[in-house]
Amino acid sequence: MVSTLVIGIIAAVVVIFVIYVYNSLIRLRVRVNNAWAQIDVQLKRRYDLIPNLVDTVKGYMKHEKGVLEEVTKARTSLMSGSLEKRAKASNQITEALKSIFAVAENYPQLKASENFKMLQEELSGTESKIAYARQFYNDSVMQYNEAIQVFPKNFFAKLFHFVQKDFFKTEEAERKAVKVKF
Amino acid sequence: MGIYEEIAANKRRSAVLIFFFFVLVIFLGFLIGFFYGSSYFGIGLAVFIGIIYFLFSYYGGSGAILTMTRAKEATKPQYTHLINTVEGLAIAAGLPKPPKVYVIDDSALNAFATGRSPEHSSVTVTTGLLEKMNRLELEGVLAHELSHIKNYDIRVMMLASVMVGLTVLLSDFLLRSFLWGGRGRDRDSNQLTVVFIIVGLALAILSPLIGECIKLAISRKREFLADSSGALLTRYPKGLADALKKIKDDPDPLVDHANRATAHLFISTPFRKEKKSFMRNLFSTHPPIEERIAKLEKM
Repeated sequence: MVSTLVIGIIAAVVVIFVIYVYNSLIRLRVRVNNAWAQIDVQLKRRYDLIPNLVDTVKGYMKHEKGVLEEVTKARTSLMSGSLEKRAKASNQITEALKSIFAVAENYPQLKASENFKMLQEELSGTESKIAYARQFYNDSVMQYNEAIQVFPKNFFAKLFHFVQKDFFKTEEAERKAVKVKF
Repeated sequence: MGIYEEIAANKRRSAVLIFFFFVLVIFLGFLIGFFYGSSYFGIGLAVFIGIIYFLFSYYGGSGAILTMTRAKEATKPQYTHLINTVEGLAIAAGLPKPPKVYVIDDSALNAFATGRSPEHSSVTVTTGLLEKMNRLELEGVLAHELSHIKNYDIRVMMLASVMVGLTVLLSDFLLRSFLWGGRGRDRDSNQLTVVFIIVGLALAILSPLIGECIKLAISRKREFLADSSGALLTRYPKGLADALKKIKDDPDPLVDHANRATAHLFISTPFRKEKKSFMRNLFSTHPPIEERIAKLEKM
């Protein structure tokens, strides 16, 4: 009688522990997915803003067609493909936008245009939001990956098929580059 | 202490403040009822009014604070950069949705966050801050405010405002009924003794309560924690350090529509520096700014 009770209590404790571990892992994974969705939202926003920028700039920058083409090309590979591919495209666009804004310095008329100023503000805002979203995503991935590797959670993670997630990689210097002042 | 422990601690503090609130309300009800014959009726009435007062301040408190400080909602395109920065930092902090952004037309350099939860929150900055800070510094200040939101500091601070307001009201009431209560009526010395005892009792109960509230509201650790978790959001502690230096050197730290009930909300004390009286020190709401700068620069 007593031994059945003891076994029952132990079983209950084990079940509660498994439920707790499972839920904590799920919570971390949901956060990673939400963080990824945030990056997606911002990438989409930039994707939508770029044609406007190209249209506005085209009329002024007759001699710098190359820069504009680069942006347009990177833009098309931004919205599909693997995480690695999209991260690369995103970094390319960041670089290309930087050179567009640098070149724009030589065109006082363009710089004075209200439309251009607004686009520049929106794009640089979106740039930093992408950087922040990426930071939050990478922080979330780090916590999640750590959680599924430590004992005893690694055992349950394997049991319930929790797999490691990839980081959204970027060049080291880029976080600083976003803060370029216009 | 990690951020999740801090959030849990802040929810606990909020519950303690609500408990204090109802202790006060019941005590007040008992007093009034005692004076007018029926303690039970007094307690019942006070609890009823207390619940209404509490609901109003819990759900309408941040709105009242924004109205009191004459804050106006920031709109695009005038404040595009400000709104974008707040939205970006909200993403970095993993807030469910970005807080609303408000602006106070005031030349002082200051900012505060308020609300009852991250979902129902707002950030307010002065126009002076927008003019005098560069982008990195503004980002640092906003990150500090967003950390207050994420950590649930805003809930504790709002409830503390409500409590301080009520205790001031209450001690005012007691003082008045003590000073003027006997006028125009014949009172024998017996009744006067009862009044004395009750007022003494009231002060004995009220003063530690007020002390507790102030302790809960004003936590040096909370400001330091918001500084460091803000720096974690921007990954650039120098931004906030530079901003605090500018705030420190600002000759006019006065926010026109700040008062003692709202002072602890601001990023730095919204009063003049030269007025350093005993009361100001007692209600000193922030750790010394030099100490905060030093900590940020060491990160």
